[in-house]
Amino acid sequence: MFNKSFIEELLKPQELYSKKALRTIYDRLAHASIMKLNQASMDKLYDLMTMALKYQVLLCPRPKDVLLVTFNHLDTIKGLIQDNPALLHLVDETLRQLIEVYGGLSAGEFQLIRQTLLTFFQDLHIRVSLFLKDKVQNSNGRFVLPVSGPVPWGIEVPGLIRMFDNKGEEVRRVEFPHGGNYVTAPKEGSFEVYGDRVLKLGTNMYSVNRPVETHTSGTSKNLSSQAQQSIAPNPLAKEELNFLAKLMGGMEIKKTSGPEPGFRLNLFTTDEEEEQAALTRPEELSHEVVNIQATQDQQRNQELARIMGEFEVMDQPRWSASKGDDLLAMMDEL
Amino acid sequence: MVAADSEGPSDPGVRMFRRQRSIPLRGSAAALSNNLSVLQLPVCNLTHFGVVHGPSAQLLSVAPEGVPLAQRQLHAKEGAGVSSPLITQVHWCALPFRVLLVLTSHRGIQMYESDGSVMVYWHALDSRDASPVQAMFARGIASCGHFICVGMWSGRVLVFDIPAKGPNIVLSEELAGHPTSVTDIASEPAQEQDCMADVVTADDSGLLCVWRSGPEFKLLTRIPGFGVPCTSVQLWKGIAAVGYGNGQVRLYETSTGALHVQINAHARAICALDLAPEVGKLLSAAEDTFVHIWKLSKRTESGCTEVEHCHGECVPDTQVCGARFCDPSGSSFAVTGYDLAEILTFSSE
Repeated sequence: MFNKSFIEELLKPQELYSKKALRTIYDRLAHASIMKLNQASMDKLYDLMTMALKYQVLLCPRPKDVLLVTFNHLDTIKGLIQDNPALLHLVDETLRQLIEVYGGLSAGEFQLIRQTLLTFFQDLHIRVSLFLKDKVQNSNGRFVLPVSGPVPWGIEVPGLIRMFDNKGEEVRRVEFPHGGNYVTAPKEGSFEVYGDRVLKLGTNMYSVNRPVETHTSGTSKNLSSQAQQSIAPNPLAKEELNFLAKLMGGMEIKKTSGPEPGFRLNLFTTDEEEEQAALTRPEELSHEVVNIQATQDQQRNQELARIMGEFEVMDQPRWSASKGDDLLAMMDEL
Repeated sequence: MVAADSEGPSDPGVRMFRRQRSIPLRGSAAALSNNLSVLQLPVCNLTHFGVVHGPSAQLLSVAPEGVPLAQRQLHAKEGAGVSSPLITQVHWCALPFRVLLVLTSHRGIQMYESDGSVMVYWHALDSRDASPVQAMFARGIASCGHFICVGMWSGRVLVFDIPAKGPNIVLSEELAGHPTSVTDIASEPAQEQDCMADVVTADDSGLLCVWRSGPEFKLLTRIPGFGVPCTSVQLWKGIAAVGYGNGQVRLYETSTGALHVQINAHARAICALDLAPEVGKLLSAAEDTFVHIWKLSKRTESGCTEVEHCHGECVPDTQVCGARFCDPSGSSFAVTGYDLAEILTFSSE
């Protein structure tokens, strides 16, 4: 996932991925590991990821802080791979790339980025029990926006009116009741490869062992707007999937004689519950998953293919000469 | 709902606002700045509201007491490109003989008759200007006399000459003055002799350009920014009221560029400013969930400007994205928020 060419592709200026394209990449990444997930658990994991990211983007004090959130993600990953220097180097390289591409953007450009990201998460109100327990999400699925605590770096605590004369001399100073309970920001987070990010958003949600569930029943009628998303395949989605297929490299289905390596991830309490959830999941929330048949192109990145490991094919494999037609044909079946 | 009022119960300028009936929307409001436009029609006792959802915008006409009567959805014209283009702003422009509805998007500028029923003009963004790195869009809409000004991602401001009726709209001028994307434009009728300036344009760097409109617009003053985007701007009696990404509201005298007032008004980026010009009321709304109302007064002897805080309203857990007064006396206002599928209204009467 931190392969150089993959990251370079991700960091190219481009439009926001469609929901379908992002879900496809997510599925592919999840299945490229030794982890196995069935449809219900996959859906739940995706919902969890989406709502967590929505929370992080929405609560960013300044638009530029979405970059700090990303740095927190990467710092945490580095903590998990301490014993793999090659991989650590790749993640550090990714950090450097991010700083190069985004470090110099203006506040206005970050505002546009944040506004665009928020369109992706608009109308998603899935409740996450961890968020509900921590009281960062209300029972209607909306996040709590606190009106107390430190103001973002670069912002003054509200409450002061200053009036000046024509010479620029301050003539009057008046306080007004601003309604919140704010204090000054302690310090700015670091945008270097190594540094104290200060911001807690994007750090490990599971620092204490907790059961995590997502609630899909009884969610608001906003679900209907999700279902109205266009399902017509569009050329841009085809391009996104082509790029993904290209970089995912050659796929090998290993047939092992002994017990299967890896582990199966079940996000429900029991296997029966998982099956039940798959059956009763509201139609609107089911994500159509596109199966990607990566080509046999052997010059694709070896390391990526090695990391991918075993890929479980859900359907009958279909081989065809033209990669583009293959993807379009699959999308037509949705 | 927290309402903070300044002291002075005997002061007639201070009012208590009460939450009124919300107006439901078909689609939630998008996280944009200036994401609410209001057209007051006192003659027929109707109010029109316009809100951007994303690739579509919703127009509503509402009777007194917040009773919704009719609604219409407009979409961004596709143009070149593959994905559904996003709308950046929707705004009613009152001109001497007509009212037009202007819609800006990542593809171009659409102009409609005021009820949104007929598109009278379409201006596509020039794809030859496209940068591989920057997003292209139009944003920032204001009418001035018989002109409509629209800002661009490049910093240019397009000036359209609007006839009294019909679709014969002409691009009259392209103003260069901004190095970065235009965020908002404000105008006021040129009233007194001294107030020559009648248009202010603002951009992502916080720079303000003050213009005098005409067959050829003239740049009068440049008021530099300080590294923070200007998100919203209003013009009142030659004073530019400016909202910034750092939560500050500043008032500048446009003829000199002098800073008259600086308010640490909000704890997050300001998303909208609105004026009730007849009474000198200013409304500021920000992503910090607060809406504040201010009373402006201009001291003619000293030339100074004074500001008094009148009222503060908290919209809990809502990242506000638009706010407007709903009547000329500033005694009622409406608010939109990201992800909220309703328009919240408040009244002090």
